[in-house]
Amino acid sequence: MSAPQDEKVRARIIERTPPRVPGRVPFRAAFFSAVWRPRTALVILVGLAVLILAMAVNIGRGEFPISIPEVLAVLVGGGDAGQQFIVLDLRLPRSLTGALVGAALAVSGAIMQAIARNPLASPDIIGITWGASAAAVAVIVLGGSAGSVVGLLATTGLPVAALIGGLLTATLIYALAWRKGIQGFRLVLVGIGINAVLVALVNWLLIVAQIYEAARAQVWLSGSLNARSWDHVLPVGVALLLLVPAALILAFVLGGLQFGDDTARGLGIRVNLARSGLLLVAVGLAAIATASAGPIAFVALVSPQIAQRLVRSARPPIGASLVIGAVLTVIADLIARTAFGGVELPVGIVTAVLGAPYLLYLLVRQGREARA
Amino acid sequence: MTTITGTPPARPVARRARRNPLRRRRLIGLLVLVLLLAAACLASVAFGTKIIPFAHVWSALFSPTGAEDDIIVRSLRLPRTVLGVVVGIALGLAGALIQGHTRNPLADPGLLGVNAGSAFFVVLGIYLFGVTSLFGYVWFAFAGALVASVAVFTLGSVGKGGATPVTLALAGAALTFLLGGLVSAVILIDTDTLDAYRFWNVGSLAGRDASIAGQVVWFIAVGAVLGLATAPGLNALSLGDDVARSLGHSVRRTRVLGIVAITLLAGGATAACGPIGFVGLVVPHVVRSFTGPDHRWLLPASGLFGAILLLVADVVGRVVARPGELQVGIVLALVGAPFFIALVRRRKMVSV
Repeated sequence: MSAPQDEKVRARIIERTPPRVPGRVPFRAAFFSAVWRPRTALVILVGLAVLILAMAVNIGRGEFPISIPEVLAVLVGGGDAGQQFIVLDLRLPRSLTGALVGAALAVSGAIMQAIARNPLASPDIIGITWGASAAAVAVIVLGGSAGSVVGLLATTGLPVAALIGGLLTATLIYALAWRKGIQGFRLVLVGIGINAVLVALVNWLLIVAQIYEAARAQVWLSGSLNARSWDHVLPVGVALLLLVPAALILAFVLGGLQFGDDTARGLGIRVNLARSGLLLVAVGLAAIATASAGPIAFVALVSPQIAQRLVRSARPPIGASLVIGAVLTVIADLIARTAFGGVELPVGIVTAVLGAPYLLYLLVRQGREARA
Repeated sequence: MTTITGTPPARPVARRARRNPLRRRRLIGLLVLVLLLAAACLASVAFGTKIIPFAHVWSALFSPTGAEDDIIVRSLRLPRTVLGVVVGIALGLAGALIQGHTRNPLADPGLLGVNAGSAFFVVLGIYLFGVTSLFGYVWFAFAGALVASVAVFTLGSVGKGGATPVTLALAGAALTFLLGGLVSAVILIDTDTLDAYRFWNVGSLAGRDASIAGQVVWFIAVGAVLGLATAPGLNALSLGDDVARSLGHSVRRTRVLGIVAITLLAGGATAACGPIGFVGLVVPHVVRSFTGPDHRWLLPASGLFGAILLLVADVVGRVVARPGELQVGIVLALVGAPFFIALVRRRKMVSV
């Protein structure tokens, strides 16, 4: 018998007997295989639709109102010159920054929550966003005295400093938490410790600062999307393009990691390598997001939890979290811009105030489930 | 089947306990703490921008002549030291209590939302009523601490299971985020508020006169008595709610009393000095190394060690940045965090 015929027979056998996951349809193409979850796809699609709608509303609202159909027309290339300028040069970058930053934070939070197996593990609790904040506030406060450098520092130096601060903090946490491997709980604890130092550092910088510098730092600390241009969109966009696919590939082992280290090792997962890679991605996303918009509270904590409940999966899903994070941030920005009359609040305040009731709702629901 | 042979006679057990090395270790530990506290008090009176020799300190305390050193000691250093002792005891005790009640070695008095509540009320006081003196902040801060912990306790016990450690922690976190957002909203709108608030927000013993200590000391005293009274109940609770209940303990009474005590202690401390972190978190871990998990020893020892830690951190803050000073809250975070991380790295966290 010839070899090709053998191959064909084997292929046919494989085709006939696909591995059965009870109640689920496997989705396979070439060497790729996954479980086909229509619910996940539905959540992502509906989320994207809501995102586009929210962005259109956000772009339309303002001193010079533009209707939603007009906004959409401009986005696909129509509209007059004035509308094009307002939409494309002024308002779109801001909304886009919001969406991208929210997406990055949410993916970062989803990965960390899955690794630590703890819904409270998110980049704002273990100090990465505070690392970025401390660096940025240091630039605002200490750079302010240098006079002429301020303009330059504010546009390029600030995000770069925040990025470096976030990455350095993450490295420090990782190095200190490493003890024959990385363990989720220890990582969170070390992060809380580092976080406390950074908070103290920021508070100290705020009191040695001149009051107007302190005010500027406070705006940054609240997480704001004011005056974001295409320069801000680019780094987050590139980071997402690079890191999200990496996260999706690395996330294949997350299912195994859920069972605990020993079981995961038994399943053939290189636990430390996989976890380190995932953490690197998460940290990179959180640091870049914070560098572009400041530490926007709660998005990283809440989005993965919402996504997990919508998708009904066993752990925070990465794709759905991404969409939900973007939607939440854009809607929060819309509220922050328009709900308080003349006052434009930083988006981070709105996310914090909106997020808290959600956490309380989780609490009440948990109480009910415990009863049932 | 094993046969029940009756309980062993009680007296030999008691005698063995008296010779127990653990007991001796606890007594020696307490003695060392008392001596250290005395040394810390002396250091706090003597060291600062101007270093005063011990002989002058002695004469200033017992036979004042009105010289410059006497005035510094009697009107500045002494009230500050007293305040440090009171607040340190409150924070250490509150930390041990909350770790016992939540059975969580990472719990900190801030967990009940005390700091966030105080901060929010202080900001409101500054913004709406134009309060700008430390004297005026005290009542706002204390009221905020009370309101926040009542709110956290209410929210945490919404489910039928009542207030469990987990729901309390989550409710505290949620309220902290919510109030934090509101605080930033106010201080962004009004720069003057930010200017006053930023100095309150770093915990410090500086600039508080004796009257502030006098205002909060009563709350702290009541809180300390209540807290110490719950020690036997806490020992039972550490076996788990069900076991404690079956042993005949009223879980609810112990928990309510404990939360009232924590609120009074932590609220009083925050009202007097602003938010000071890490004392409540770190102190019980250190003390537990020689007292073991028995709350009847752990609680008083934590109070003493809290006072020592706060005074030492305050002195360090005064000495390292002369002629200015580094606020005690910042020193504590810088010193406490490495310690905490070392603790996390060294072993598995002891569950309480």
